[in-house]
Amino acid sequence: MKAAAETYAPTTSKGVFDVERVRADFPILNRTVNGKPLIYLDNAATSQKPARVIDTLRRYYCEENSNIHRGVHYLSQKATAEYEGARKKLSSFINARTPNEIIYVRGATEGINLVAQSFVQERIRPGEEILISEMEHHSNIVPWQIVCEKTGAKLKVVPINDKGEIILEEYEKMLTPKVKFVSLVYISNSLGTVNPVRQMIEMAHAHNIPVLIDGAQAVSHSKVDVQELDCDFFVFSGHKMFGPTGIGVLYGKSEYLEKMPPYQGGGDMIKSVTFEKTVYNDLPYKFEAGTPNIAGAIGLGSAVDYLNEVDLDAVYAYEQDLLAYATEAVKNVDGLRIIGTARNKTAVISFMLEDVHPHDIGTIIDSEGVAIRTGHHCTQPVMQRFGVPATARASFALYNTKDEIDVLVKSINKAKKVFQ
Amino acid sequence: MSELKTLYQDIILDHNKSPHNFKKLDNANRHAEGYNPLCGDKYDIYLRVENDVIQDVSFEGAGCAISKASASVMSSLLKGKTKEEAEELIEVFHKLVTGDADPMEELERLGKLAAFAGVSEFPARVKCASLAWHTLRAALENKDDVVSTEK
Ligand SMILES: Cc1ncc(COP(=O)(O)O)c(C=O)c1O
Repeated sequence: MKAAAETYAPTTSKGVFDVERVRADFPILNRTVNGKPLIYLDNAATSQKPARVIDTLRRYYCEENSNIHRGVHYLSQKATAEYEGARKKLSSFINARTPNEIIYVRGATEGINLVAQSFVQERIRPGEEILISEMEHHSNIVPWQIVCEKTGAKLKVVPINDKGEIILEEYEKMLTPKVKFVSLVYISNSLGTVNPVRQMIEMAHAHNIPVLIDGAQAVSHSKVDVQELDCDFFVFSGHKMFGPTGIGVLYGKSEYLEKMPPYQGGGDMIKSVTFEKTVYNDLPYKFEAGTPNIAGAIGLGSAVDYLNEVDLDAVYAYEQDLLAYATEAVKNVDGLRIIGTARNKTAVISFMLEDVHPHDIGTIIDSEGVAIRTGHHCTQPVMQRFGVPATARASFALYNTKDEIDVLVKSINKAKKVFQ
Repeated sequence: MSELKTLYQDIILDHNKSPHNFKKLDNANRHAEGYNPLCGDKYDIYLRVENDVIQDVSFEGAGCAISKASASVMSSLLKGKTKEEAEELIEVFHKLVTGDADPMEELERLGKLAAFAGVSEFPARVKCASLAWHTLRAALENKDDVVSTEK
């Protein structure tokens, strides 16, 4: 294993994508499962980690471990610099105006809850509405239900069509003066649909409605520019973009973040504390109470370095090619139905087999070393919309190959045979 | 692959394909609904119990092969059993699928249920196999609310 981040050569040059070189960056891809080479197709749940990220975590704990923002000693300053350096990397990664707009959170879920509690709950009144879509992850449904329960506001759901696309005409109609907030998933984890969020944000802004974008599935597959999108909030999780678990980002426009009350109270989020009065810290620290996930943040910075080097435009093109290949390949499986056939899709194939339950498919193909997800993927309303209890889902990342798709198809056929 | 064979025994595949007692029981006097929110498996169990003896049993619902076969085999064993005997069966089945019982030693009590011994090698599937049995227990106790594997 290589020792320090500095020794990593760029994986691919701009615009060229060499999957074998990318695979060599991910140590776990060398392992076998049930005696077969691991074929990891559960990337929408969590992605694998490149050696660079793993080494960064190791180096941090071996050489720099310390608490941040509160020590004059060498290690504390070093850890603080790395932690804040990662914030800068994340800020440029999504093109925020300033690193102060990058709030470290545990992940997309915590980011949404923070906005629900500190922003929406503060200003919404009984009878007013929050708009989401029918394809949201539970993490973009339940926090709003909690707000509605506490405030008497209403949660409204924009329907999707049979392909798994948001019906924009319905969305337009639902943007009434009652709506005070819109929260939308950028890319659906269960269907793969890429929503036209830029247009949808513009439509909401025409009515002065702020918008949160759940980018959990977006950042590892294509470039994101929050200024170009003009979203008011944007959340994502480190673990789905080749970084560690337990760390993620809430981006918010400073004009909103500044006015929002803190989400949690504690150390680091204050300027001064007396029993009579506490003065809150400036952005972003106002929202980062307590000792944060320092190693996680630094590891996430390293994942951003990785993504910058592989060139996300090349990744996007490569994954689109994988998606086209996989979509064609599964057409040869009798009785297989794809759930989610949007025109604009990322590399996710959710499917049903006639006569074989997703759970049984999952177990059988696992014996071939193929890891997929089966179940409702934390999107029960999507399952209800398509009238299925669950699906099997193969979700791809930049290290997957066409050969792996061939093995996937072969093992699906094997599952069918067991049940013949 | 050999482990897979022990999971998907012929008995299991057959019961999945043509489940026994797969209908609603019109004269049932006990009923419970079982739900596994993680995979969406859902079954209704109906019983007709008289003087603490199960006179009739049926089930309805949908789920994976393991959960459906388990419900079907269970239903085929219950007729004529006392409440106490049924509870004993629930107990051994649970031990079997969690690997706490040696199927060879318990063969007599288990009968057809021994086919589910392979489940213990697949921890992710234990809940599938147990769903109908949890639901049976609720029906015997006449708890009419939904039994969830996640409680
Ligand atoms: C679209 C989407 N939103 C939100 C989340 C929640 O992410 P996390 O569990 O990392 O907070 C996920 C993860 O499954 C997701 O796929």
